[in-house]
Amino acid sequence: MTDFPWLIPLFPLVAFAINGAFGPRYLKKATGYIGSASILGAFAATVALWIGGVHSDTPDFTLYRWVSSGSFNIDIGFVLDPLTVVMLLVVTGVSFLVHVYSIGYMAHDESFARFFTWLPLFVFAMIMLVLSNNFLSLYVFWELVGVCSYLLIGFWHQRKSAADAAVKAFLVNRIGDFGFAIGIILIFWNFGSLNYSDVFGSVSDHSTDLMLLIALLLFIGAVGKSAQFPLHIWLPDAMEGPTPVSALIHAATMVTAGVYMVARMRPIFEVSNEALLVVGGIGAFTALFAASIGLAQTDIKRVLAYSTVSQLGLMFLALGAGAYTVAIFHLATHAFFKALLFLGSGSVIHAMQNQQEMSEYGGLWRRMKWTYFTFLLGGLALSGVFPLAGFWSKDELLASAFFKGVADDGSWAFTVFWIMGLLASLLTAVYTFRMIILTFHGKPRNAELHSHSHESPISMVAPLVVLAVGAVALGGAVGFPPEHGFIHDYLYKVPGVYHFAGAGEITAVISLAIISTAVAAFGIVTAYAVYSRRQPSPEAVAAVSPRLYALLYRKYYVDEIVNYGIVGVTKGIGLILWAIDAKIVDGIVNLIGWTVRATSSLTRRVQTGQVQNYLFLIAAGAVVSVGAFVIFR
Amino acid sequence: MTDQIVAFTYLSIVASVAGLATILVRSPVHSALSLVVVVFHVAGMFVLLGNGFLAAVQVIVYAGAIVVLFLFTMMLLDLRRHETERTVHRRQIWLAIPIAVLLFAEVAWIAISKPETSENLKGAFPPQTIDELGGSAQALATVMFTDYLLPFEVASVLLLAAAIGAMVLARNPDEESLASPPDMIEDAAGTDESSEQSERELSETPATHG
Amino acid sequence: MSIPLNAYLLVGAILFSLGTLGVLMRRSVLIVFISIELMLQGVNLTFAAYGAFLEDMAGSMFVVISLTVAAAEAAVGLAILVALGRRVTEFYVDRLDTLRW
Repeated sequence: MTDFPWLIPLFPLVAFAINGAFGPRYLKKATGYIGSASILGAFAATVALWIGGVHSDTPDFTLYRWVSSGSFNIDIGFVLDPLTVVMLLVVTGVSFLVHVYSIGYMAHDESFARFFTWLPLFVFAMIMLVLSNNFLSLYVFWELVGVCSYLLIGFWHQRKSAADAAVKAFLVNRIGDFGFAIGIILIFWNFGSLNYSDVFGSVSDHSTDLMLLIALLLFIGAVGKSAQFPLHIWLPDAMEGPTPVSALIHAATMVTAGVYMVARMRPIFEVSNEALLVVGGIGAFTALFAASIGLAQTDIKRVLAYSTVSQLGLMFLALGAGAYTVAIFHLATHAFFKALLFLGSGSVIHAMQNQQEMSEYGGLWRRMKWTYFTFLLGGLALSGVFPLAGFWSKDELLASAFFKGVADDGSWAFTVFWIMGLLASLLTAVYTFRMIILTFHGKPRNAELHSHSHESPISMVAPLVVLAVGAVALGGAVGFPPEHGFIHDYLYKVPGVYHFAGAGEITAVISLAIISTAVAAFGIVTAYAVYSRRQPSPEAVAAVSPRLYALLYRKYYVDEIVNYGIVGVTKGIGLILWAIDAKIVDGIVNLIGWTVRATSSLTRRVQTGQVQNYLFLIAAGAVVSVGAFVIFR
Repeated sequence: MTDQIVAFTYLSIVASVAGLATILVRSPVHSALSLVVVVFHVAGMFVLLGNGFLAAVQVIVYAGAIVVLFLFTMMLLDLRRHETERTVHRRQIWLAIPIAVLLFAEVAWIAISKPETSENLKGAFPPQTIDELGGSAQALATVMFTDYLLPFEVASVLLLAAAIGAMVLARNPDEESLASPPDMIEDAAGTDESSEQSERELSETPATHG
Repeated sequence: MSIPLNAYLLVGAILFSLGTLGVLMRRSVLIVFISIELMLQGVNLTFAAYGAFLEDMAGSMFVVISLTVAAAEAAVGLAILVALGRRVTEFYVDRLDTLRW
């Protein structure tokens, strides 16, 4: 049953080709349906793959040989194991809903066809990234994902801010990709092969230090793509893209790539505890860091963006704790409720005529009931309220960090990470409900916009409802009981994946669940008290420490540091190099060009355009060759 | 035997002189007619060589088809106007003559210095075999439709391609649509038709309302 | 076969060289064309002579094929001339150098 997986990437690729070739001129609005249908086809093929079952022991499926150079062979091949299937289900499922939503959201955009050209390509790149069975094609599609994000973030390239955000996303990703590329080169240098199966099979033949280096380099790639500190700066700016693109990037196609990659490279990371510590540490720090920034943002999409950064940090925390199933589980549930929240915010923005500042919102829930209720469910799931999807995954995630911390293998730091994770989820609950209250409750702060607001069309609301069902039920359906739910059992079919330590201690598990629920509840109550009852008022809270508030509001000045420190220095160096280039290099090049031009203006006189001159040369040639025959025969 | 020598001498001298005339005369028409003379005398040499069929084909195709084609083209192009123009390249001629002389010297050297006709090179068609088969046409047919069938077919395809190509090239691009005769009629006819149509429409519109 | 092969080859060489001279020195496109036909006559004669003296029908076969090519070439070449006649009024090889650009 595993001879059709090539269909999965083929569908979006075909849609990309059709929409790209015929979209702008002939298909126009039909591109939306073609794109959506293609993703639905990919989703159906994935489901068929899932039902058909994958062979965990022989996961490789070779499509054709791509590079064959001596002993160096690269196949375009797929790795078909439960991890791939889960990722594909999330990617294609969420992408399909985003596509359907986009038909409504982008309906009035004049570049509708262009949008539906890049969107399937984005999904195609992500599918291939997940399916790749070797580092080279992983890298190629890793980059293709980056290119597509560039194209889509900068979709409204007429706006300078959007074009800048696209460039920023691309450049910041390049930094990560640089580390990633070096890691891959190191792998090839030391292992002589780039196939997962070859590399993972011979990890133990190499020194721990080497594996640590490789793991850290690969992790730099993940940090860039999954927007972890300090390469998180591109993600909030990526909000300049259309909202469905944000939803796609945040939920399904882009930032999950880093998490998936680390989970896939499990055998490399597991060799050294230090690597896992770095992964978990960066994750925990980013989770807390981004969540605190989320508290002070006023742009609804930026709040969600920092929320994504924070949640991804939690996933890396779980990866660092060795709980791969949990990280993937959280990735899946997060994909649903974060896509839901983004599409919900898109619905609000759509209704408020592209106004994204929450200070202009308020009291919207009467006007857009569907959006409100689905958004509320998404927010509850994000906060980790029992029994919504976020509860199951986040609870397990924190539990995995806790147990890693108390385990006797010297990773006490994970206890600290656990506390940071708890704090992060507290802040998550606060900023989520701050956002909900500011947007949907209270009095309308901009009466004019409010009076024009309306519920979104069915093609936008329907995906919200589907995603809300997922956000409510997915966690319990596949994640109950904790650590022994459907998704866990499925992922444990992958060789080498094991239950994290302490998963069996039922009392500990339940008390941890109670702790995290209490934390979430406390956060929600705090948000309610401050932003709805205004006791104490938000201004009073901010006034407690204006410096801290400014620090949060300005996102810890990371952008400023990068701007004045790194970018400034780079610009200075660039200026010097430019001078060298303009004066010396260009001079040499111009000299060469001048020489060639002078020579050719002489030699071009040979070409007279007179047929008989050419004929004369032919005849002369004949004379010479016949003469040679006469003389030398 | 002497009659053959006489015939060959006559044929070769006339062919050479006519060839010289072909490239020297001013008018293209005269040039083409000189070529006809060359063609006839070369055909005569084919007869001397015992190949009557080839001589016939030569006359029919060259004199009958190709040269006639040339004359037709000249008629189409109306070349009379430029008869006062120079006929040769002023500069090129000083290159052309030595090259042609050199080429002739070389080829003639090869022609005179003993050509290879040794017995072991000889083919399967001595004169008596050709006679047994009934003549050069039959002899040629036996090889053309057996050993040289493929080149024969290729040649026919080449002719087809040339025929189509000539038609495409020579067609007047201004008269694009020969397929639809109404377009050949002057514009006036077209406008008449359309005005008629609009009149009909005008007369019909009130009827539908009524 | 009292006439030697060399005599036929010599006549062929004369016709071929005259044709070459015509191609190289005449300005009129039509006469250049006719000169090419003259060159072909020389070649045909050589083929036929060798065919007869080597007692092989390949020579005749070559003449037939060469006739075919000559006919095709004349048809296409003259068609080009007719098409050209719509654009220019003078058919001089040294004036037709637009393709240089």
